[in-house]
Amino acid sequence: MAENNEKYLLDVSNISISFGGLKAVDDFSIKIKKNELYGLIGPNGAGKTTVFNLLTGVYKADTGFIRLDGQDITGKKTTEINKTGIARTFQNIRLFNNLSVIDNVKVGLHEKHRYSLFEGITHLGKYGRVEKEITEKAYELIKVFELQDFADFKASQLPYGKQRKLEIARALATDPKLILLDEPAAGMNPQETQELMDTIRFVRDKFDMTVLLIEHDMKLVSGICDRLTVLNFGHMLAEGDTKEVLNDPKVIKAYLGD
Amino acid sequence: MNMKSKKIRSNIITFGLVIVFYAVMEAMLVTGSMSSLMKGLLVPLCYYMILAASLNLVVGISGELSLGHAGFMCIGAFSSAVFARMVGDSIPGGAELFISVLIGAAFAAIFGFLIGIPVLRLRGDYLAIVTLAFGEIIKNVINAVYLGVDSNGVHVSLKDVKSLGLLDDGEVIIKGAQGIGNLPRNATFTIGIVLLLITLFIITNLVNSRQGRAIMSSRDNRIAAESVGLNVSEYKLTAFVISAALAGVAGVLYSHNLANLQATSKNFGYNQSILILVFVVLGGIGNIRGSLIAALVLTILPEKLRFFNDYRMLIYAIVLIVMMIMTSAPKVVAWRKMVAEKYFKKSRETEAGGKTDAKEV
Repeated sequence: MAENNEKYLLDVSNISISFGGLKAVDDFSIKIKKNELYGLIGPNGAGKTTVFNLLTGVYKADTGFIRLDGQDITGKKTTEINKTGIARTFQNIRLFNNLSVIDNVKVGLHEKHRYSLFEGITHLGKYGRVEKEITEKAYELIKVFELQDFADFKASQLPYGKQRKLEIARALATDPKLILLDEPAAGMNPQETQELMDTIRFVRDKFDMTVLLIEHDMKLVSGICDRLTVLNFGHMLAEGDTKEVLNDPKVIKAYLGD
Repeated sequence: MNMKSKKIRSNIITFGLVIVFYAVMEAMLVTGSMSSLMKGLLVPLCYYMILAASLNLVVGISGELSLGHAGFMCIGAFSSAVFARMVGDSIPGGAELFISVLIGAAFAAIFGFLIGIPVLRLRGDYLAIVTLAFGEIIKNVINAVYLGVDSNGVHVSLKDVKSLGLLDDGEVIIKGAQGIGNLPRNATFTIGIVLLLITLFIITNLVNSRQGRAIMSSRDNRIAAESVGLNVSEYKLTAFVISAALAGVAGVLYSHNLANLQATSKNFGYNQSILILVFVVLGGIGNIRGSLIAALVLTILPEKLRFFNDYRMLIYAIVLIVMMIMTSAPKVVAWRKMVAEKYFKKSRETEAGGKTDAKEV
């Protein structure tokens, strides 16, 4: 049994949560292999974002457990979960709007490149060296997303598509094992979506990343996801290879109605 | 790197302005062209500017509306005054003042920490109300304290001088509402400016550090900050404690500028806290240089307006409103930008060496 689990980077078993009388997520399980591109889809209100919030510790699951790379992270705080290796983006973009683009990414690098508060106030000791490291790394990351020309813009000044990219860059800055993307293509036009697909694939390959994404855009899902899980009213409707799942009559019915 | 050099330039301007201000004032002192009224304002100007800059750290950088800043100033003032009285003439004045600054900052920081832990669990208006209450509590408690020293050590009472039970060689230091008398009065304008420069050094450095970015990102989006692994409460508390310590330093300057220190609602009450907040808001929330200028103008102005007699506060209020409009009204801001572009565009273009600023595109 233990051997079996080790193959999976993320191992979620039977988690549920209810808000008052509403079971938002019921008995949800998911197993994601390392380096996999996994999709989580479902109609509006199916509980997809709630699953993300459970995985990142925004909500605590009523039942079940969550393991990342063999480590039990059930019930841990958001900050601790990030340190064990899950980073995320948000459905409604959450950037640090008054900070510059480059500083947004620098904040992501915050935990892995440290110096003391005293060094921060006096700019002595490790400050110079570590800040240089941080700056270089941050520029490397924004170059991946072609944001280097916007480095000094306030994050709020970026166009929508670039804000989404910046969110991904910031999440990657925390050096996660698994990245959760919440509707990365929302509000994008077909060409931007195409670009985003390339970026996500590139991120997976370049950073050796495992990706779990929520998406409504079926073209994107069928284009890049290796496997899928379909949620409907908090229940798991189907899981498996992308093509099979998308052709499942149950899934089609959930999306299109009878 | 454009932004970084811009930040550095802005910091140099801030420090430069303070030094120019110091030079001008000193020159006026030397040539004797300064009124005695203005002379009396020099040290207060320094501590008001320190207070404004340090409150801006909490309100602007950390994004929490704190209304108890005068309370921390009060702690700095009284802890250092007690120290000054206890050591008396046994150490030179300069050393006494130096240690006083450290003591005032340390005590204010400790109280900032203790108050910050419960208070920073609140948000917005609630935080403002509770900090206001804490500020008042500090002032009122100190008003009721009697403290004396004799060969047995320190005695504290909340009742009266008698209940201290001092020996014959004892000396009462804090006499309740009468406060502390016989203070050294050794604060000078130069020391004030040095402390102000240290304050600015701490704040500007902090803003450009890992910790400063963490503080600002916690302000901008708490949930996102947590999602990248930041301990938001820790950084909010850091900002709060540093700000309290700096307010304590201002308090040290305050107490060392007086012969007799009392905690009244005029100097450490909520009116004072609100006044400091006015400096911050008018100078621009998060804009350190602006809050220094606002502190300067709004400290000198009421004194200069004395010849208006009864109309003094009326004029003061009008000035406040005009300043508010000038700094915040969208139309005025747009007009200011237009004017600035008209007159400074040429110089900026030549400065950039033909390169257009990315932001203008």
